[in-house]
Amino acid sequence: MVEVAQSYPGQLAQPASRPQASLRRFMRRRSTIAFLMCLPLIAIVACLIVYPAFYSIYLAMLSKAQTKFVGLGNFAYLLKRDTFWMVVEQSAIFALSAVFFKALIGLITAHLVNNLPAKGQRKWRGMLLVPWVIPLALSSLGWWWLFDPTHSAFNWIIRGLGGSEIPWLSDPYWARFSVILVNVWYGAPFFLIMYLAALKSVPEQLYEAAAIDGANAWQRFVHITLPMMRNIIAITVLFSLIVTFANFDIVQIMTAGGPRNMTHVFATYAFLLGIRSGDLPLGAAVSLFMFPILAVSAVFILRGVRKRGRDMA
Amino acid sequence: MADVALRNVVKRFDKVDAVREISLSIPDKEFVVLVGPSGCGKSTTLRMIAGLEEASAGDILIGGEVVNDVPPKDRDIAMVFQNYALYPHMTVFENMSFGLRLRRTPKAEIRTRVEQAAKILDITDLLDRRPKQLSGGQRQRVAMGRAIVRNPKVFLFDEPLSNLDAKLRVQMRTEIKRVHQQVKTTTVYVTHDQIEAMTLADRVVVMNGGRIEQVGRPHDLYHRPKTRFVAGFIGSPAMNFLPARLALNGEDLQVRLSDGLAFPVPASDAARYRGAVGKELTFGLRPEHITEPRRDARDARREFTATPDVVEPMGMETMVYFAINGTEICARVAPEAAAAPGQPMRLYANLDHMHLIDPATDLVL
Amino acid sequence: MTAQAIAVEHPRAGIGASLRRNRRWALVTSYVFLVLFAIFFLTPPYYMIVTSLKSDAEVAHLATNPWIIANGVTLDQYRLLFRETDFLIYFKNTVIVTLCVVAITMVVSVLAAFSLSRMRFWGSTLLATGIFLTYLIPDTLLFIPLFQIVRGLGLLNSYWSMVLVYPTLTVPFCTWIMIGYFQSIPKELDEAALIDGAGHMQMLLKIFIPVALPGIIAATIFAFTVSWAAFVYPMAFLFSADQQVLTVGTVTSLIKADVYKWGMLMAGALVAAAPPLVIYAFLMDYYIAGLTAGATKG
Repeated sequence: MVEVAQSYPGQLAQPASRPQASLRRFMRRRSTIAFLMCLPLIAIVACLIVYPAFYSIYLAMLSKAQTKFVGLGNFAYLLKRDTFWMVVEQSAIFALSAVFFKALIGLITAHLVNNLPAKGQRKWRGMLLVPWVIPLALSSLGWWWLFDPTHSAFNWIIRGLGGSEIPWLSDPYWARFSVILVNVWYGAPFFLIMYLAALKSVPEQLYEAAAIDGANAWQRFVHITLPMMRNIIAITVLFSLIVTFANFDIVQIMTAGGPRNMTHVFATYAFLLGIRSGDLPLGAAVSLFMFPILAVSAVFILRGVRKRGRDMA
Repeated sequence: MADVALRNVVKRFDKVDAVREISLSIPDKEFVVLVGPSGCGKSTTLRMIAGLEEASAGDILIGGEVVNDVPPKDRDIAMVFQNYALYPHMTVFENMSFGLRLRRTPKAEIRTRVEQAAKILDITDLLDRRPKQLSGGQRQRVAMGRAIVRNPKVFLFDEPLSNLDAKLRVQMRTEIKRVHQQVKTTTVYVTHDQIEAMTLADRVVVMNGGRIEQVGRPHDLYHRPKTRFVAGFIGSPAMNFLPARLALNGEDLQVRLSDGLAFPVPASDAARYRGAVGKELTFGLRPEHITEPRRDARDARREFTATPDVVEPMGMETMVYFAINGTEICARVAPEAAAAPGQPMRLYANLDHMHLIDPATDLVL
Repeated sequence: MTAQAIAVEHPRAGIGASLRRNRRWALVTSYVFLVLFAIFFLTPPYYMIVTSLKSDAEVAHLATNPWIIANGVTLDQYRLLFRETDFLIYFKNTVIVTLCVVAITMVVSVLAAFSLSRMRFWGSTLLATGIFLTYLIPDTLLFIPLFQIVRGLGLLNSYWSMVLVYPTLTVPFCTWIMIGYFQSIPKELDEAALIDGAGHMQMLLKIFIPVALPGIIAATIFAFTVSWAAFVYPMAFLFSADQQVLTVGTVTSLIKADVYKWGMLMAGALVAAAPPLVIYAFLMDYYIAGLTAGATKG
């Protein structure tokens, strides 16, 4: 400080207002530029995500013709219908079992690929990610054809082995299974990629230290791999729960909610009531039931993630 | 407690030989330091003792038993890594007790052993913290604590102080020595810093290019290096090397460094050197043996004049750099005796400590 | 020494060999399970390809092995697809929509990401975390109110409504990916450019974007793939064939008079899936980087 005064004696004598005033203007300009750059994003999020979300709450409280305000009438109506409760049950079964199996398969395949020599890993990873790359609507079409009642290629194999054909999409319980199967097929590669990246981020020396401490392969997995991966497991499971819970393509294309409405999930039921039958407010009410469940799970998992991040980082 | 032995151990990576046939025997309770430049094979050797690398050939013995095929977890060793490798999701207590917990040691015993180790390393009040909350020196101590708690046959250290700042390094060096005196376990320590090697080791193993250059007590390596590499590696600043020739000056031997500079060879070495008269040799003398003229100097013929190019005051002494025939030489003189750059000054070469090296074999005569 | 070297080169018998055998067994079992998983993942696409290359007769025939092409490869299904259906119209529409959406997304995301990762203003941290939260509101919740809004704007049954709503799917995640990438670029780079005399826009275009290119490519690929594969919005907002996009068109409108021409349907599905697959094949690393960057850096 003293040196500066000695080197630049003139500086302190100058009036402070001029350089400081333009400096302030520059700072303001800089933060306004920053804000302007964010404006399109804010506009999109505000107008096309936040506003419609709130609007749907209002919409759900209107009558079918949207002329009267019926308060919670739509919600009450839904809660009394058996079909709606089936939708709740099916959505829960669908989301929870699909995410569980996706995470499990993702974890197993990530370990298998990670064990390979480095050169082969890229090839296998490329092959195993294909289901995720094909647009879900189109692969659902392919699966529908695989499940076709008359021509199912799976049934051809089963018949050849001497068994009886499986009514993949015509029996309600098999239909539920098929829908979950396709979702697991589609989503497991995502988990594979995420977990593979997470596995590679665990420092090799931790495994060496554990090996010297006396841990065998399984113990190293339980005590080192899993805890280090807890964050990413939580994030991927949350992300997948939301996406799976709100899934539309598979059910709509393969079963359209049937047979006997037993494969309907929130999204397809809302579509049926809101768009197909033209009762937009009722459809909105169905969709809104999704939100609390998503929000609650998000809060729980995010809290856990942030807490562990602070402990470990 | 056990001894460690390596017999003709080789390690090959693809086409590169990282370790070429080394044999070493480390008796129980000894503190041995493997030292050498980067890539000399010291870390690889340590990892082979640990079982983290498989020896391509040769035998590795711990406690008299061949352990080549024994996995690390069964070798009863403990290792302190350069990056500490502490489990970030566990507390210090859990880090230190991990090995014992895996072996289903009863909780009471775990507690006593961890607290004992924590006391030795002065980390008792850190037991409930997570690695993230600790400083570098503290993490290093926890890593050592984890090793002590296991009460293994051998301690292995892989450049543990490289990540610490200079001051902390000096502190931790003393800690490690103190711990070894208390715990008395066979220790194999790897470092590239020869000062660490000299201060910590019972015996030093100097490695270069995958081979052992010399094994010996620090004192022996300093005063009686066997190869040019060891002579130049041990000691800081490094030994000065100059091309030289031996000549007969009547009955006495002389070592001629340049046209104007020649010194008498001490009588004790004369017999050894007689056979090398006339050959091209390398003369070696440490900077600490080139000083200002001493009042009790025995031989005026050992004094000479030099003009320093660079002068570095170090406080306790001053380093003076000058050139002989184009080669830069370093001398350590008392601060008051040092001249300014460009001003000639008198220096004394303590030839009792001189070395002659055959450039063809790089062996010290 | 050479004799010794030769002697020790021979593989060690005993426990050493069994350890190595264990490791090889582990590798073999890994490969076995990986092959099983690969079969699981690749069976549907394989079957789709096989079906699309068969004649209608063979497709309908129940006895022949559906997993192979027994009666000769034919491109008839593809010919039918391109000549006798509206498939190419769907393709054109999808291309238009996707290109527009990708352009809009990249401009919005790059600007926002740059601003949020580099500049500080009131609410910037709030906005950055808020972006993550928008993913809690899925398209299947928004499509009902948006239907009303789009109808009000007169864009119902026009593919421009897609250009309007697709960014809700792409912009948040792309911004999030790029915030991660931009944050990893040292601020000293910006400062050096500013000292060298560059203005903010110049610094962005000439220094920043070239250095952040991998992240930008990854985000672009993501935006492309999501737009191309979107299904809910076109299903809800588009009704006529001339406005329809590939995903909905292939799945619902290729069925003529209640007759499912599966060979042609599979051909359509494959051609529709081709662009994302081709991009994936050539830019796989960017594709994967886009996915992982969001989660592992976030």
